[in-house]
Amino acid sequence: MWDYVKLIVLAAVAVLAAIAASYARDLAYLVHMMIFMLAAVAAFLWQIRHMGEAVHNEKEYMDGVIRYGVIATCFWGIVGFLVGVVIAFQLAFPELNLALLEGFGNFGRLRPLHTSAVIFAFGGNALIASSFYVVQRTTAARLFGGNLAWFVFWGYQVFILMAATGYVLGSTQGQEYAEPEWLTDLWLTVVWVAYLLIFMGTLIKRREPHIYVANWFYLSFIVTVAMLHIVNNLQIPVSFLGSRSIPVWSGVQSAMVQWWYGHNAVGFFLTAGFLGMMYYFIPKQAERPVYSYKLSIIHFWALIFLYIWAGPHHLHYTALPDWAQTLGMTFSIMLWMPSWGGMINGLMTLSGAWDKLRTDPVIRMMVVAVGFYGMATFEGPMMSIRAVNSLSHYTDWTIGHVHSGALGWNGMITFGALYYLVPKLWKRERLYSLSLVSWHFWLATIGIVLYAASMWVTGIMEGLMWREVDAQGFLVNSFADTVAAKFPMNVVRGTGGLMFLTGALIMCYNLWMTVRKVGEAKPATAAVAAE
Amino acid sequence: MQTYTLLRSFADSWYLLFMALFFVGIIAWAWRPGSRKVQQEVAASIFRNDDRPAGDGADAPSQRQSQGAR
Repeated sequence: MWDYVKLIVLAAVAVLAAIAASYARDLAYLVHMMIFMLAAVAAFLWQIRHMGEAVHNEKEYMDGVIRYGVIATCFWGIVGFLVGVVIAFQLAFPELNLALLEGFGNFGRLRPLHTSAVIFAFGGNALIASSFYVVQRTTAARLFGGNLAWFVFWGYQVFILMAATGYVLGSTQGQEYAEPEWLTDLWLTVVWVAYLLIFMGTLIKRREPHIYVANWFYLSFIVTVAMLHIVNNLQIPVSFLGSRSIPVWSGVQSAMVQWWYGHNAVGFFLTAGFLGMMYYFIPKQAERPVYSYKLSIIHFWALIFLYIWAGPHHLHYTALPDWAQTLGMTFSIMLWMPSWGGMINGLMTLSGAWDKLRTDPVIRMMVVAVGFYGMATFEGPMMSIRAVNSLSHYTDWTIGHVHSGALGWNGMITFGALYYLVPKLWKRERLYSLSLVSWHFWLATIGIVLYAASMWVTGIMEGLMWREVDAQGFLVNSFADTVAAKFPMNVVRGTGGLMFLTGALIMCYNLWMTVRKVGEAKPATAAVAAE
Repeated sequence: MQTYTLLRSFADSWYLLFMALFFVGIIAWAWRPGSRKVQQEVAASIFRNDDRPAGDGADAPSQRQSQGAR
């Protein structure tokens, strides 16, 4: 019966999307409706071939969707890093804004494609897949909701496709990290609510008495992102057949809501969610429990209590009232403490097992990730101080800071989790090659160092050049002078990105060969005997 | 009274007090006597149930027993 309802709904969606596509007022909306139509048709065909089959075995974990998630993470990672390298070289060599692709492939169109691809496509898939893995293992229960997990996975890929095609076709509301227009926003809301249902449902039906700390971090990430996403995207569509919309917020309120969203996207998407990964995968890879569970509880509550107030530091010296700027700065500085508490907790988990750093490149990757977490969460509070911000704001220093967090912390901890997950999910006894992991580790690490160092140099140089005045009080440099002076650093940055991309390609090859070539893991006989 | 003024004075007084007490309460709760044993138990929970969910009837305590027997 339920299967027939699904078929009717899918058929209706396909027909309505086709009708809407034929009345579309702009190209982006047309493409989005075509994506909806094709996705609904594909789901319809799949459903009709699997009628009445959806029996779920509660005695097994639901790992299929996680395997897909791991593949999607690798795929979108490569896409996002590649676009990043392209736009880095476009900044160094403007001729790469090819005339052929004018209006679609120039920097302005590709830049949001890069940020969304790495944050939401690569990071988001890594978070969804790893949260599904962690919540099952730590609650000792199968995912709640049956095929709803598949809906979340494919629904999220549809969201990514809609966002990506929208950017290239110029459908954007121009808010950083919140570029997608109303239709894409609504679709993500639907997918996200389903994700929350699965996660909460699994926690509720858990077979373990306690909820492990990693799940607290994942849950705060899911709940907060839902809240941020809805509040920042309150807008009224101009037409239901077009992609344009008018935001409800205006003026300084709009700016404040945007950066309340923007900074907490960093705080809860890129920090809390990935801390969930840290608290599970580092203890598992090190084969030791987390250093201090007490500290992890305090880390969690202090982090979420402080992060939510830090957004105004993006609006220093603007029309935002001074008290709000000071509040944002103060909370950003206080945030340093829980961040370093968490970093110490992650690092000290290795106490007594530091020798693993020599033998296990995967743990080395995770430790460097935590190191970059510590570095970025020191640099961030420092840059939020108003006096420092007057130098660093609008310069490449900010870009460097974001990337030492994104490449170093999010990237490296995700790579570590992928190296852990692939042998587990495909039941292989080991990774294909540890020396390839080492190659990846060094390429990525040196790439990040080149990236961050060149951005420090160019950012501070830029900030100093912008404020330089001569004896008569005139500005010494024009904007184009700073652009010209940045050229060598832009090339170094692009090179660093290229190394990071090469490392990720090596990882994909290594993981592929792990699945293809490495023998199956033998079942743990001792565990079976104990059952 | 304007809505803004009302909300603002509430946020600056009672709600601020509530959040501060809530935060202090959590820290006190984490440090409560006897919490260490529970916390060590939770921290070690990630090392079981790696391959399949906990079985029927075999709830967490008995699961833990078989873990200990190994």
